[in-house]
Amino acid sequence: MALYKYESQVRPPLVDGNKDYHQITEDIVRPIEAKPGRLWWIGFLISLGLLSFGIYSVYRDVTYGIGQWNLNRTIGWGWDITNFVWWVGIGHAGTLISAILLLFRQGWRTGVNRAAEAMTIFAVMCAGQFPIWHMGRVWMAFFVMPYPNTRGPLWVNFNSPLLWDVFAISTYFTVSLLFWYSGLLPDLASVRDRAKLKWRKFFYGVTSFGWTGSTKHWQRHEALSLVLAGLATPLVLSVHTIVSFDFATSVIPGWHTTIFPPYFVAGAIFSGFAMVQSLLLITRKVLHLEDYITMEHIDVMNKVIVLTGSIVGVAYLTELFIAWYGQNKFEGWAFMQNRVNLYSPLGWSYYIMMGCNVLSPQIFWFRKMRRNLTVTFFMSVIVNIGMWFERFVIIVTSIYRDYLPSSWSTYYTPTIWEIGFYLGTFGLFFTCYFLFSKFFPVIAVAEIKHILKRSGENYKATMGEAEQESVETFAHEMAHAH
Amino acid sequence: MAIKKFVVGGFTDEPVLFEAVKKVRKAGYKIHDVYTPMPIHGLDKAMGLRDTSLHTAGFIYGITGTTTALSGIGYIFTNDWPLNFGGKPHFSLPAWIPITFELTVLFAAVGMVLTFCYLCQMAPFVKKHHFSLRSTDDLFVMVIECTSKTNEAELEGFLANTGAIEINTQHAETGWWLGRYDKDKKPFEQKNTAIA
Repeated sequence: MALYKYESQVRPPLVDGNKDYHQITEDIVRPIEAKPGRLWWIGFLISLGLLSFGIYSVYRDVTYGIGQWNLNRTIGWGWDITNFVWWVGIGHAGTLISAILLLFRQGWRTGVNRAAEAMTIFAVMCAGQFPIWHMGRVWMAFFVMPYPNTRGPLWVNFNSPLLWDVFAISTYFTVSLLFWYSGLLPDLASVRDRAKLKWRKFFYGVTSFGWTGSTKHWQRHEALSLVLAGLATPLVLSVHTIVSFDFATSVIPGWHTTIFPPYFVAGAIFSGFAMVQSLLLITRKVLHLEDYITMEHIDVMNKVIVLTGSIVGVAYLTELFIAWYGQNKFEGWAFMQNRVNLYSPLGWSYYIMMGCNVLSPQIFWFRKMRRNLTVTFFMSVIVNIGMWFERFVIIVTSIYRDYLPSSWSTYYTPTIWEIGFYLGTFGLFFTCYFLFSKFFPVIAVAEIKHILKRSGENYKATMGEAEQESVETFAHEMAHAH
Repeated sequence: MAIKKFVVGGFTDEPVLFEAVKKVRKAGYKIHDVYTPMPIHGLDKAMGLRDTSLHTAGFIYGITGTTTALSGIGYIFTNDWPLNFGGKPHFSLPAWIPITFELTVLFAAVGMVLTFCYLCQMAPFVKKHHFSLRSTDDLFVMVIECTSKTNEAELEGFLANTGAIEINTQHAETGWWLGRYDKDKKPFEQKNTAIA
């Protein structure tokens, strides 16, 4: 028996159905070549509507100043920075899936990495909006760039976590984009070579950079992916670490915590995976990709959600314990009065956070729940609500009642323009995602082909024969497989 | 570049392809390239290609980033404009680690992708000859260069014996040219006719 690739039958298949290479191209490229359906148009138009509302909200913000938002002297960071951290967190799953799981040689990443990376890029785009428009005089945004300027030259403060953030987010965006696009090149070439329409030949011809599939190019491509993954792995951990430094290096009770970096990174992966679940559950249904994004993928991602959710839970409790054990009066106040006390003005938000992030994901200990699509979708939304409240709790409840009771601002509510800005980033995110799902292959075609003969359902069946063979025969065949 | 003559054989199965590559090389034919829809591990070794040095390039770009960040910030904060932040030292290395790390990654990633595109001669509006359109779908396309001594009929027969299914002979430009995939114009061919 000529055995090209071997993987134990114990591992469930990652590509269902009786597929061959051509069928994979057909299945994944077909949605690009078909006219978008009614659902696509409805979703796209709603997203455009939200985006327009967001643009108008930002217009108001720029014209009249950030007084359009309900921020005040005590609450200098409200919804905007909450939303910023929330979106950046969501932007972590893509690179985690594509980079860390590549290094760990996890075959299941191939079904979900493309869409997750795209999601990362769009989420980081949305995240970037908040600090930029929060500057108020946004036409001076280039002041964050270190360049020999006419002001002295007065440089930026390289010792400030806010500047680290500028570098971290922009590097993360650039590297994610390069990683995503270099992976897309071979697949865009697949679309190009099938194209019948003139504009499609032109568009995919330009975007695929003249990719041919030469063995030498594949060799370099593999080297590039591996090194980019190696670079992106510490990068993805550094980004949310640096975002957490925005808080952790300050002296505000509730922010001044050494646990923040790992706790933020775990939370980011947690919310990112939840967003990947929400998007992929819809995508696989609408584009009929159930054979490629299988129950196995959903199950595995739910396991990641319950793991990271529990890490986040441990972090919450540790923080609480240290606030009590540390016996710092102000730290104690921030936790026991502003958060844990349900009857304090914003105490309810702490319980939403705990309920959504720590308690509810525990149902994923049960295999039946992990494999239930309705439960998974519902939970993915719940987790993201919870993670939004986590950032709200960290930011707002730490500062709304600070050292000086006369400056307390107990009833912070956002204005319609603050909410509009947030909705606008949803518009931006989904507009981009709808365009992506229409014009780009949402699953990495070449990578699925790469794992087909090992993890495809029809090839799995043949592994049984190999497992019956004697050790000597098996070893001999594997050694001479090439 | 130049226009050359090639014998092209298409394969559908990897083990067959590997055997064929071995046989073709043993028979002394020159494999121009093998085009595949996905990476096939071990094929580069089987074809006798050397390892890529892209990693080394990445490392060099990375340390360039590290040096840029450290020397840049160091110069600015100790010489060009020393600012006093709460009496802390001007040369405060730990606070520069985040930016140094980010620039290392940024330089390495951007540099490697540009080098990759340069080495593979890839850019928007770059067009190349494609021996088979199915090579990005489900066909492994082995392209053998013909020399003056090559007997094509014999070579085609040899390829058929190794298990190739689609066999043909093509004249092709080996380099790239500026072009669009919706138009068939080939600037090099026109130039040749003009000279003749």
